[in-house]
Amino acid sequence: MCLAIPGKIVEVLAENPDLAVVDVLGVRRKVDLGLLQDDHLATGDWVLIHVGFAMSKISEADAKDQLRMLTEFGEQQAAMEEVRGYGLGSSEGGG
Amino acid sequence: MASAVPGIRFRDPQIEMAHGAGGIASRRLVEGLFAPILFGPEGGPLGDASHVSVSGTRVAITTDSFVVKPLRFPGGSIGDLAVNGTVNDLAVSGAHAETLVVSYILEAGLPTDVLEAEVRAMADAARRAGVIIAGGDTKVVEHGKADRMYITTAGIGCSMPGLNIAPNTVRPGDRILLSGPIGDHGITILLARGELDLEADLCSDTRSILPLVEALVNAAGSGVHWMRDPTRGGVATSLNELARDCRLGVVLAEDRIPVRDAVRGACELLGLDPLHIANEGQFLAVVAADCADAALGALRNTPGGENAVVIGEVESQPAGSVLVTTLYGGSRIVDMLVGDPLPRIC
Amino acid sequence: MRFVDEFRQPGLITKTADEIRRLANPDRHYRFMEVCGGHTHAIYRFGLKDLLPPNIELVHGPGCPVCVLPMGRIDDGLSIAQRSDVIFTAFGDMMRVPGTNGSPLEHKARGMDVRIVYSPSDALQLARANPGKHVMFFAIGFETTAPSTALTLIRAKQEGIRNFSVFSNHVTIIPAIRAILDSPDMRIDAFIGPGHVSSVIGCRPYGWIANNEGKPIVVAGFEPLDLLQSIVMLLRQLNGNERKVENQYKRVVPWEGNRAALKAMAEVFELRPYFEWRGLGFISQSALRVRETYAEWDSEQRFLVPGVRVTDPKAAQCGEVLKGVLKPAQCKLFGKECTPERPVGALMVSSEGSCAAYYNYEHRKAAVAATVPVA
Repeated sequence: MCLAIPGKIVEVLAENPDLAVVDVLGVRRKVDLGLLQDDHLATGDWVLIHVGFAMSKISEADAKDQLRMLTEFGEQQAAMEEVRGYGLGSSEGGG
Repeated sequence: MASAVPGIRFRDPQIEMAHGAGGIASRRLVEGLFAPILFGPEGGPLGDASHVSVSGTRVAITTDSFVVKPLRFPGGSIGDLAVNGTVNDLAVSGAHAETLVVSYILEAGLPTDVLEAEVRAMADAARRAGVIIAGGDTKVVEHGKADRMYITTAGIGCSMPGLNIAPNTVRPGDRILLSGPIGDHGITILLARGELDLEADLCSDTRSILPLVEALVNAAGSGVHWMRDPTRGGVATSLNELARDCRLGVVLAEDRIPVRDAVRGACELLGLDPLHIANEGQFLAVVAADCADAALGALRNTPGGENAVVIGEVESQPAGSVLVTTLYGGSRIVDMLVGDPLPRIC
Repeated sequence: MRFVDEFRQPGLITKTADEIRRLANPDRHYRFMEVCGGHTHAIYRFGLKDLLPPNIELVHGPGCPVCVLPMGRIDDGLSIAQRSDVIFTAFGDMMRVPGTNGSPLEHKARGMDVRIVYSPSDALQLARANPGKHVMFFAIGFETTAPSTALTLIRAKQEGIRNFSVFSNHVTIIPAIRAILDSPDMRIDAFIGPGHVSSVIGCRPYGWIANNEGKPIVVAGFEPLDLLQSIVMLLRQLNGNERKVENQYKRVVPWEGNRAALKAMAEVFELRPYFEWRGLGFISQSALRVRETYAEWDSEQRFLVPGVRVTDPKAAQCGEVLKGVLKPAQCKLFGKECTPERPVGALMVSSEGSCAAYYNYEHRKAAVAATVPVA
């Protein structure tokens, strides 16, 4: 039961700020924000939804960071080979 | 209890919802109980409709029943399903539907305006599909015994000339065509039930696919080897039946299978696979490689077929199974539907 | 950003897979265990095994809460629901799990009021809508799910909804990992840590795995790039002789976890002295029960429960598969007496169970692996 997916808050209910309408690719459901009271969620925030409850506020900054790191894999390797080609004797670590 | 009739292989002690879900249990019931008793040992692979000779004329005949809940949903109603479903069964068996007869089982207490709405829906759907409803029957049962309304139809049509649709004509290299996005109907029904508190801008894809099938047959003729409308059990179940019946492999490219965002979203939320969700206005066709381009072009040039795509190929392996591949080199087997994640969708 | 498709980009996946091949020492056989059932499911669904070099073996762990539930608990839950005024509610995963006299769905076919819910809050809503009935929520799940059950109970008590109770089968992840490491048959080199459990409990609780047991652990997300990147991180640790806890799933998992969720759990639940896990036996301090202060909302305190212990059929090897000692296909019943349609054990029912995942996504591939050229 680890099934949890990202969704975007499109409306926090005026009559009950613990509930919000969250959108997943156009599908909308009321989600309970009660486990994220410290996060002061607002419309436009992305949250991880699990069994109708928001579990975590998703950090776009961390997501972009991660993707940037992954993009650099092949480039790092290419860069290292270029450096090695200069014969400067840098040691080959684990990567 | 073992039966005296040879070939009875159905051993389940009672009928469960899964037996009506269109997946593996349904197939077991049909092949293991109905077929040996009703069709005898000579019965061939079971299709959507049967082609029989009546005093020398070849006709196709099919029957279908509709127990969908709720009766009305975005995009249509039980009446639409009843007409379109029957026309479509005949179409994918290579027949042009001519005449339907319909039988209603009504629950006492059903408001007349609800019934009238469905009868009008059937009349309109029949007009759009170009078929006549020639007669019918009605029964009424006590309150609580029919969940408002059940509809059963039978349809007769003329076989399209020049076609030879059979699993034994399918060859490695044949292309698999799909008429449009999958999962719309099943997810629409699920949302319309209101039990899961989900909302989306989605509607059932119920429609007659006869014009599309005719366009395909005109373009590819005997190059069409197999067709099916993937209703209950979805594309995965239909293609697994194909793979088993022709003992070849079906290999699909995941990135080519069209799924609307809202269907994908609902499936992700609920842990469902769009390949297992019912469709009421789509069909699959297996077409010889040298006709595939013409076939696809014909579909795309027909109103309603603009989103037709080639989703995969028949290969010799994995024989009897359906494999879905990803762009990055991963793959997974997709089996027939097991159980019944979405009851009463058709 | 949608936070899903970006982590399924084919180009980046291929790049990361290449990095894995570059880092994996060809003279070494790596055994990485993914603890959580959601990871097992993701690995098969995305066909990730096809991308790994043959010397990296993924071993499936016991993190599937449906799989580790002993049959007796299902019987107990269903016995409460035999009463005509009780509505039995549970997640869809539970519906086809076999009890001694059939699964919840089979009981439904025989007339019991059994309903699938997506959320415990939906079960509570059923209670509000059916004041003449008692709604029992059969709760399962690790720490990912327990806070939601807890918050639902807090709301039920606040609103004074008395026709609602929870039958708690919540279990905790750390004792399960400990049981794996204590098992003499196990040889695991490193762990892929449960991403969503960690969004609640944080990353600190895994410290002993790295420090005392000397195994690297990377807390991972569930998209292909998450899992592959986690394997890269594990390989880097092993190559560099490091042993630490790392967080790959930073966009979701806070290092300190979710305080509000942990607080809700602590208010409603306490640890049971011991609990039986299918395949792993009795484990102390490994499961949650409802506190005395919420007794009225605890099914086990409101109703008489038989408390029957049911042993698995002898031939079924659920325990060994759960521990990763056996692969699903090595169980004698796999694919024959035990299939997703006719499951003997819960590992074949749950979408996260390794047997079901292997059966649904993989086992026919193995049969033709020799003949199909891999792209």
